[in-house]
Order: sequence, then C-alpha cells, then structure tokens
Amino acid sequence: MSVEHDTTAATTEDERIAARVKAMEAILVEKGLIGTDAIDYMSSVYEKEVGPQLGAKIVARAWTDPEFKQRLLADGTQACKEVGVSGMQGEEMIVLENTDAVHNVVVCTLCSCYPWPVLGLPPNWYKYPAYRSRTVRDPRGVLAEFGLRLPDSVEVRVWDSSAELRYWVLPQRPAGTDGFTEEQLAELVTRDCMIGVTEALRPDPAKA
Amino acid sequence: MDGVHDLGGRHGLGAIRPEADEPVFHADWERSVLVMFPAMAMAGAFNLDQFRAGMEQIPPAEYLSSTYYEHWMHSMIRHGVEAGIFDPEDLERRTQHYLEHPEEAAPKAAKPEMVETLRQLIPSGDDYRREVEAAPVFDVGDQVRVRPEVSTTHTRRAGYVRGRVGDIVAAHGAYVYPDSNALGLGEDPHHLYTVRFDATELWGDEPGAANAVIHIDLWEPYLVRV
Repeated sequence: MSVEHDTTAATTEDERIAARVKAMEAILVEKGLIGTDAIDYMSSVYEKEVGPQLGAKIVARAWTDPEFKQRLLADGTQACKEVGVSGMQGEEMIVLENTDAVHNVVVCTLCSCYPWPVLGLPPNWYKYPAYRSRTVRDPRGVLAEFGLRLPDSVEVRVWDSSAELRYWVLPQRPAGTDGFTEEQLAELVTRDCMIGVTEALRPDPAKA
Repeated sequence: MDGVHDLGGRHGLGAIRPEADEPVFHADWERSVLVMFPAMAMAGAFNLDQFRAGMEQIPPAEYLSSTYYEHWMHSMIRHGVEAGIFDPEDLERRTQHYLEHPEEAAPKAAKPEMVETLRQLIPSGDDYRREVEAAPVFDVGDQVRVRPEVSTTHTRRAGYVRGRVGDIVAAHGAYVYPDSNALGLGEDPHHLYTVRFDATELWGDEPGAANAVIHIDLWEPYLVRV
C-alpha cells in the first residue's frame, strides 16, 4: 500500500502486496481473529459454489415457468430463496426484465455493489473506473463496446446500486429455443447478460 | 465525501477491458483479503459504511491505479490501526520479513467457529433494512430534487445527481443511513427511494444518453420535494 515505488529492487508491486497481506494475515491469525480454514472455506465457496451458474439457472427457470417469472419480478429475493439462492451482498435483490422496448443495465458508480448470491464475485471490469464512470453517462456507448448495438427505439434503463438493494437483469429468451430444457437454456445465460451489458447467447444451430 | 471514488459521469477514464475467462481470484493473496472483511467486521474494526468510507480516503492517484482488493486492504489497515488490531511498525516489519522471505507462508491456525459463522453468514447475509415509526415523506410519483450541498464525509448522494430533478419510482421502507453509520454515529435509519432521472436532465442532449433513464437509490434526507 506504500505510495513510494521502489525501482531499485526487483520486487514487483504484486510481491509487495503479497508480503503485506501475509503480514496482515499473520497478525490476525496470532490474535485469533481469522482462521486459515476460514480463508480456505470462504474463498472456495466463491470459486466453486456461488457464481453466475446460479443466476443462469434462475433465468432459465423464469423463461420456462411464467408463474415463477412473475414471482421473480415481483420479489426477486423471495423467488431466489425458493430455489435455495440467497445471501451476502444480495440480501434484497430486484430483478429487471429486458423486453423488445426496454434494456436494463446495472452499475455501481460509488464502489462495486453487485449481487453476489446470483453472480458470484464481480469481474474486474465492473469494479474499475472506466465502467463505473461511463455507464450512467454514455450507456449506449458502453453497451456498444460489449458488442451490443441497440436501436434508438429501445429505452436504456441504467440502475446505479447505491444502497443495499442489488439489481440484476432477466435477459430476453433467445429465438430458436423452443423445446429447450432448462439445462440447455441455462447454458445460454452468461454473467454479462445478467449485468445487462450483453444479451443471452443465441443457440448454436449445429446443436439445435 | 466528494472524492475520486464518486465516478459517475467522469470523462477520460479510458476503455472498459473485459478479461476473457477471468478467474475469481487473480492471486492467492486476494483470497485472504476477501475473508479479512468478515473477520475484521466481526472483530468490530468497521461496519460496511465505515469500510467504504475508508476506501474513499485513498489518495486519488493511488485509488485510480490500484486494484479492488488493494482498496480493501487500505481500508482494513486504516480501521485495523484505529481499532488497535494492527500496529503500523509491526505491520511494516513483518511485511519486510515476508518480502525478504517470499517462500515463507503466513502462520496457519484453524478457527472452526469462524468457518461455522461463515457457513451461516454467506447464505443469509446482513440485512440493512430497519423498522421506523416515521411515515415516508415521499410517495411513488413524487418529483424530487437531490440536495446540491457538498458533503465532506461519507455519503451515497452521488455527485452526478446532486441538484437534479427526478421522479420517485419505488419506496423501499427504511434502511441504515450510511452518512451516519460511517461516522460511528449510529444507524439512524431513514426511508429509501429509487429515483429515476431522464438522461437529458443529467447530461443534456449528449448522444450516448439518448432515450435513456438512470435510476439511483437515495435516502430521504438527500431529497427535497419540487
């Protein structure tokens, strides 16, 4: 965290940070405030269990079950709990539906608020200044950078997560997916389309 | 505070650079820093708003050039020192030690009761909603202006909406008030609303903002009726 950068030694900034974190960890371990097992446990939860595959399952269910979709849009938190998804940084979740007329996109301009229970930990681009500064000011330009060019007739709705409510997007079901199972549909749902910077993937015609 | 962290609408910050197949953690140390958050919060070093306020104290050039978990470290060290968990000289001495012995790991110790707490906490979280007796001052459909005053302490009254007029589109009940909670002055819950602004109200007729609306969640004390 030092602001002086030592250019004489071959120490990289990453090595410096790693050493600083080890020092912090050593103190917290010695004071009995953290356990190595707790570090292993929590980091593995977000590497192996809690991630965008959970949001994708919920989206696929909403695409195939109109009553579930209604509940999801009316009370995202409760509908997610129905399928066993809840928790930290998503204590209250609001799900936004994309339609032919409306496209939603989520940002946090003040820090990096993000719905962890359905998407896992946020990607770096979501946390860094370029996305946070531009999405509220030039949303169409940002979406175009992700390859999504929307006609002027589509209203873009930006949601800046500045409180403890966490927003995420129910993308439109892609055409050509009639008869797809929930599992097949879930494969088309990416983290990015649930942030709202892209649309759901189109099915591969070769597999249809 | 009106720091560099308040990024909405700023120019010149470059292109967004998504990383293909990005890993959840880019380095081992990020795993430790993630878990220091609940560990230090449970130890009473900070609440969520104090933690955010700590990140806002990072010098602007450093804020813009350092990574997300470095921001966390900065706030953790700041609050850890204030809480008496970290002694700056000891932290520096140990850092030097690990720099000179990079192969050496931090000491290991099990803390099964913390694992158990996390097992409960991760799927339940920590609710910031509170019951208050006061009725909400505003209703859905009301037109409001965001108070334009400067803030010298932590706030979620983002700079780009200050002084601007929008419509309340949702009333959510009361939540812990960040401006108070960040100062250690208690939770002082207030009603929270989602306010919608036309992009033209915020940015004039800039082409990128055409046919767009921006929503932001704002607490009652941030707002005045138009």
